[in-house]
Amino acid sequence: MGHRLRFTARKLARMVLLLLGVSLTAFLLMNASPLDPLQTNVGQAALGAMSPEQIARLEEYWGVNTPAAERYLRWLGDALRGDFGISLLYRQPVLEVIGQRLSNSLWLMASAWVLSGALGLALGVLAGTRRGRWPDRLVRGYCLVISSTPSFWLALLLLMVFSVWLGILPIGLAVPIGAEHAGVTLLQRLRHAILPALTLSVTGVANIALHTREKTADVMERDYILFARARGETAIVRRHVLRNVALPALTLQFASIGEIAGGSVLVEQVFSYPGLGQAAVSAGLGSDMPLLLGITVVTAAMVFGGNLAADLLYGVIDPRIRRGAAGT
Amino acid sequence: MEPILNVAHLSVTFSRYGRGFSRTKLSAIEDLSLTVDPGQVAAVVGSSGSGKSLLAHAIFHILPPNSRVEGTLLYDGAPLTAHRAAEPRGRELVLIPQGVTYLDPMMKVGPQVCRGRRDPAVRARCREVLKRYGLGPDVEDLYPFQLSGGMARRVLIACAVMERPRLIVADEPTPGLDARTAQRVVGHFRELADRGAGVLLITHDLPLALSVADKIVVMHAGQTVDEISADQLQSGYGPSHPYTRALWRAMPQNGFAPPSGDLEEWLT
Repeated sequence: MGHRLRFTARKLARMVLLLLGVSLTAFLLMNASPLDPLQTNVGQAALGAMSPEQIARLEEYWGVNTPAAERYLRWLGDALRGDFGISLLYRQPVLEVIGQRLSNSLWLMASAWVLSGALGLALGVLAGTRRGRWPDRLVRGYCLVISSTPSFWLALLLLMVFSVWLGILPIGLAVPIGAEHAGVTLLQRLRHAILPALTLSVTGVANIALHTREKTADVMERDYILFARARGETAIVRRHVLRNVALPALTLQFASIGEIAGGSVLVEQVFSYPGLGQAAVSAGLGSDMPLLLGITVVTAAMVFGGNLAADLLYGVIDPRIRRGAAGT
Repeated sequence: MEPILNVAHLSVTFSRYGRGFSRTKLSAIEDLSLTVDPGQVAAVVGSSGSGKSLLAHAIFHILPPNSRVEGTLLYDGAPLTAHRAAEPRGRELVLIPQGVTYLDPMMKVGPQVCRGRRDPAVRARCREVLKRYGLGPDVEDLYPFQLSGGMARRVLIACAVMERPRLIVADEPTPGLDARTAQRVVGHFRELADRGAGVLLITHDLPLALSVADKIVVMHAGQTVDEISADQLQSGYGPSHPYTRALWRAMPQNGFAPPSGDLEEWLT
């Protein structure tokens, strides 16, 4: 147990460094952005009609004249105390905005994560065990087409087919337009999440299936598969292949959190789905520094958490690590 | 007595795609003939690359799909087709592979020896077989990476004798073992033959083969070059073929002589 605690502690220390680096990079990129926060958020015409005092107050609000280093350090100091500041666009505490958005995004991402993982594993094993034959070609063809398709384009395509032509699914947003917040049913929420989740899953499957196929093909060439065949075993895929593909598949599954989070930015944008990804886009375009940094840090922590979970599960599942570390 | 295994003029070729659409054929075994009688240990001896392991794979129909087998393979007097091999495979026709890599690294030894069957009779049989080879019940609970080389070999032998084997094909079962352990492993094959099974021992180790085998089949470059009884070879009657002679002379107790000119000539 001691080794696992030490391992986790080391990983967490690394996570702190990572989050520091990520937030600094996001800040520097934003700082280098040519967008003028006043012009973007107030508008050229309105700005022209304002008095110099009003402009000066707005400049102070958006932090235009504060030196970059001071702004970052001030944000960092507050963030370390748990205060991520107030979103300049939403005029709410950043953590509150993230909380709302995340609750919308989370089950979108979760369903896409589970669906793409399960489907990707099944297709990958199917293709890998029948390498070179038609199921393999079919799966590989699908994966290559999907991975070379931009996800926003796929989202538009699904939108056209299911919402415009067939008219069976809503065209965007997370709840019906004009509906009272309290009156929204779970079913309505689900219907609104179907298309974004589908887009994310369909694109996520390709990557997982291709990697699983590689691993499966690799396992199929191992000596123990040959021996199982020589012994006339029948359930080789279930008994040996799945067992040995499980570990790499697990890593893949947790590593895909990052891709799903990244994919959700574009997909939410297309479906006007008010999730974390969409908030990240508006924060970036609207020079909302506190919100952008908050989202960046939270997303990075999620991705890191996923990888950490995979590492820890590895130690639980793989007998070579579990027993090897325990010292048999 | 009817031989349990009769291989006549066996050839194994691989086709692979070369540049563009051209197909090249690679001949791995060209003309191999041998017989194994019940109660007999027949050793196939040859350098690496002589096609020894492919012989084993051909018997079990586990060659890769781009291979082609020609010639006669008779098991118990009848042709050993893929269809007919499916039935005895793993029961009376068993393979003892090289080493620990043939065990599933993610599965405990017990279930592997039992081939996944869980009924008490099979479990008891598994325990009994492991015990026969000096492995306690605790071994059932180990993963392959926890086994030593010698233990892994004994586990693989235990896999083979779970049921009543009639033909045992042991493919290079001794590399990486020290001389005493290797001797003990091949000693188990002798026991199995003495109980009536035919044993085909595939090895590159002539002295080891001589210590247990009734008959030595010498292979070179995919061909049987010599078939000679172990007694004949050891009695100084003298091996008949220059390649066998060279192998014999290269043994430490026979002078450790490097191959002479006539062999070079023969090989080219």
